[in-house]
Amino acid sequence: MAETPLPLEVRNLKKRFGDNEVLKGLSLEARQGDVISLIGASGSGKSTFLRCMNLLELPDEGDLIVHGESIRFKQTRRGREPADWKQVERIRAKLSMVFQSFNLWAHMTLLENVIEAPVHVLGKPKKEAVDHARSLLERVGLAERADYYPAQLSGGQQQRGAIARALAMEPEVMLFDEPTSALDPELVGDVLKVMRDLADEGRTMIVVTHEMGFARDVSSQVIYLHQGQVEEAGPPDQVLGNPRSERLKQFLAPKF
Amino acid sequence: MIDLQGYGPRLLQGAWVTIELGLLSLLLSIILGLLTATAKMSRSWIAHRLGTLYTTLIRGVPDLVLMMLLFFGGQIGVNMITDWLYYQFDIDIFININEFVAGVVTIGLIFGAYMGETFRGAFLAVDSGQIEAARAYGMSESLMFRRVRFPQMMRHALPGLSNNWMVLLKTTALVSVIGLTDMVRVAEEATKATHEPFTFLIPVAVIYLLIASVSEWGFARLQKRYNVGFGES
Repeated sequence: MAETPLPLEVRNLKKRFGDNEVLKGLSLEARQGDVISLIGASGSGKSTFLRCMNLLELPDEGDLIVHGESIRFKQTRRGREPADWKQVERIRAKLSMVFQSFNLWAHMTLLENVIEAPVHVLGKPKKEAVDHARSLLERVGLAERADYYPAQLSGGQQQRGAIARALAMEPEVMLFDEPTSALDPELVGDVLKVMRDLADEGRTMIVVTHEMGFARDVSSQVIYLHQGQVEEAGPPDQVLGNPRSERLKQFLAPKF
Repeated sequence: MIDLQGYGPRLLQGAWVTIELGLLSLLLSIILGLLTATAKMSRSWIAHRLGTLYTTLIRGVPDLVLMMLLFFGGQIGVNMITDWLYYQFDIDIFININEFVAGVVTIGLIFGAYMGETFRGAFLAVDSGQIEAARAYGMSESLMFRRVRFPQMMRHALPGLSNNWMVLLKTTALVSVIGLTDMVRVAEEATKATHEPFTFLIPVAVIYLLIASVSEWGFARLQKRYNVGFGES
């Protein structure tokens, strides 16, 4: 039997901003159904790492392989760039991202936001996309808000809407960039609950987070980054329950 | 009632010329403006320089001078090319620069530079997260332009755009110098013939005001449309 390709594989990724090397050779393998939490102090490179995975930042070195397809690069005067942007667009459509500040398109209603990429990027028939979108909005508890604009919704509602938008792409992997960091504390729970449900149904997710409870309960793997390098990685019980490095112990210690 | 002494129909024809000229120049200036804004924001060094050269040149020279330069200078240029073709290849053609086309091109060129600045500012005002989301969901640059960048940019561009249009509308009055019969020219002729300036200039002023009012109403509607989702209307 042929081996099914991994949803996402990253090999030896490096990224520099000027002289500052922010990612110093990071690798990651996401199997089907994995939930990988990336944790670390601000400046550790965890968000940059995530943003390199869908090429919102261009890595200077390293390979990205999405469902067996490797992204092709070429050298230019400005440095390394993708050889084929069409390929990048196609691969991005398989990796839905959920942003810290939601980034729902402000000039579209929630429903329009959810059907936008399926219709215009994937070429799905509109009626089908609308039906799917409505069921997804129902799922995240926003069925009655379908015709609202993002500005008319609370942060938590916007983020749940953004998750529905991500799901509508039927992605290979979902990338979450600190999805609860911009939310009022009382709204965090609703978003985390939706994310737990997704993990339970076997979605492949990579989550940059400060929510240690979520990382501990939901992840299959936790990666602790420090200054662009993996300091510790492994199952949550091990990394969070029994940290070896002094730095991670400090990081996890109660702050007050 | 004012007695237009038979100049009424010509005045209306002139008004129509003004409207046509204004709208076509507006269209051209919007296209040039979008191109200029794109050039000035592009990473390409040449595109950036060309865009800057264009806006600096146009905005630094009076409209009237530009119009005469383009109309008279343009004709000389065209003549030189046709002469050369005749002597070199025995091709005999004669191209006469049409006043209307010259007017549209000149005004379009002038206001393209102003529109360029308006659009550039408006594009830069679009929240970068909106663009990032479009990228992350696999949109190509052109799809992103149509679906996200343009509709969000318009909200910021419309106040400047409407301002430019009002100035453009009044700049059309300059075309009488290159012999185009807009309503100002008709009024001038009628005034010379009848020595009654107010009889003709007041209707002209009223017509300009009318066009401006209709435009303002139109822009208010557009503004409302592009503000959808942004909390203000």
